[in-house]
Amino acid sequence: MIAVIDYGMGNLRSVEKAFHHLGFEAAITERPADLAEASHVVLPGDAAFGDAMAKLRDLGWEEAIRREVERGKPFLGICVGLQLMFATSEEMGQHTGMALLPGRSVRFPASERVPQIGWNQADIQRDSPLMAGVPDASFFYFVHSYYVEADEASDCVATTDYGLAYTSIAARDNVYGVQFHPEKSQKVGLRLLRNFAEMS
Amino acid sequence: MLAKRIIPCLDVKGGRNVRGVKFSADQDAGDPVELATRYDAEGADELVFYDITASAEGRDIVSDLVRQVSEQVFIPLTVGGGIRTFDDVRQILKGSADKVSINSATVRTPEIINQSMESFGSQCIVAAVDALRRPAVEGEAPSWEIYVNGGRTATGIDAVAWVEELVDRGAGEVVLNSIDADGTRDGYDIELNRIVAERVEVPIVASGGCGTLGHIYDVLTEGQASAALAASIFHYEVFSIPQVKQYLAERDVVVRQYQG
Repeated sequence: MIAVIDYGMGNLRSVEKAFHHLGFEAAITERPADLAEASHVVLPGDAAFGDAMAKLRDLGWEEAIRREVERGKPFLGICVGLQLMFATSEEMGQHTGMALLPGRSVRFPASERVPQIGWNQADIQRDSPLMAGVPDASFFYFVHSYYVEADEASDCVATTDYGLAYTSIAARDNVYGVQFHPEKSQKVGLRLLRNFAEMS
Repeated sequence: MLAKRIIPCLDVKGGRNVRGVKFSADQDAGDPVELATRYDAEGADELVFYDITASAEGRDIVSDLVRQVSEQVFIPLTVGGGIRTFDDVRQILKGSADKVSINSATVRTPEIINQSMESFGSQCIVAAVDALRRPAVEGEAPSWEIYVNGGRTATGIDAVAWVEELVDRGAGEVVLNSIDADGTRDGYDIELNRIVAERVEVPIVASGGCGTLGHIYDVLTEGQASAALAASIFHYEVFSIPQVKQYLAERDVVVRQYQG
């Protein structure tokens, strides 16, 4: 059963609906303890980093996530969920994330329209089971003002071009993160979610 | 690279998609769920649903339509029309909508933008404005006035300044509708779009006046819009979304080509 974490940030129902549409069991999960029963963990979110991290800590999610990640369960961070996987963020102050991966969130340069809203391409940098059947340079739906800088090149699965080439898909072992919204990215987004759901 | 977006807009009344000219007579233009599904299959980048009755009942109807659409269609869905209070915003976002489009309420109670942004984030909040060109004055720059209540009531507010304020308050995106052009099929108001796009850093979605493939090209290039909204041109099958994207791609505009 895929647990979609509810920590009060963002439209979770679309994520849950997408998994159901694909035929997978998924449930919006309100209690950290329930992650122990899940086969997969998804951390969605459309919110400011600071607010989101505070909620994750205060509600006990951070601990629960670390525990399940250490157990080897597939974990997927979406949008701010990806950013929270990294060490720090400069969004509206200095914040620390879960530091599952080394790196930080940084604002887009002033040369670009912010937030980036719309469909942009994921240029694949290395193989990943998350991308099986997803053509290189597929378009996904993005809406964000901050992007992640991964310190380890091997953690970067795909980059996207918006003023600069930044990491839009990150992964290490059983931990995955995407900057875009796969549940809003039509066929390729659904394919990515299916790949995630099929991992064990 | 970020693609320009093509966004079909469905005006819903009594559960049907309708289309009017200059906000007047309504003509039936099909079943919204069917249309939405078709547009998605054809490569629409997002879908917008407006409740043109601007009533609580109408809002429920649209919410339910969007819920049905969201079972099959996995692209961003925006709902607008008659949103009056913060509570309306919350209800819409609790439903199946990804974004809420707020128009007249921003003029009545501009704090609705700040409040909504704080609770839900800028990415969910689209500020929609209806602008009418003021009569030209010799030697003066062109200007537009904001109208509310479906483009019927003048406010005296300068459109460009108003968009700047909305963005300051937290709107993540602005839908800029030209009242003069709306429903005419004579082209978007390029000048309006360009002036506004040059003033603010958020994406501008052009609305009103689409009649030809060239109009869309013009507003996305010269008009500097990030996206183009169109209604009757798609509903009455004057041309299709794939045709639009083909036309744009041939002229080096980055678009998401539909991958079957």
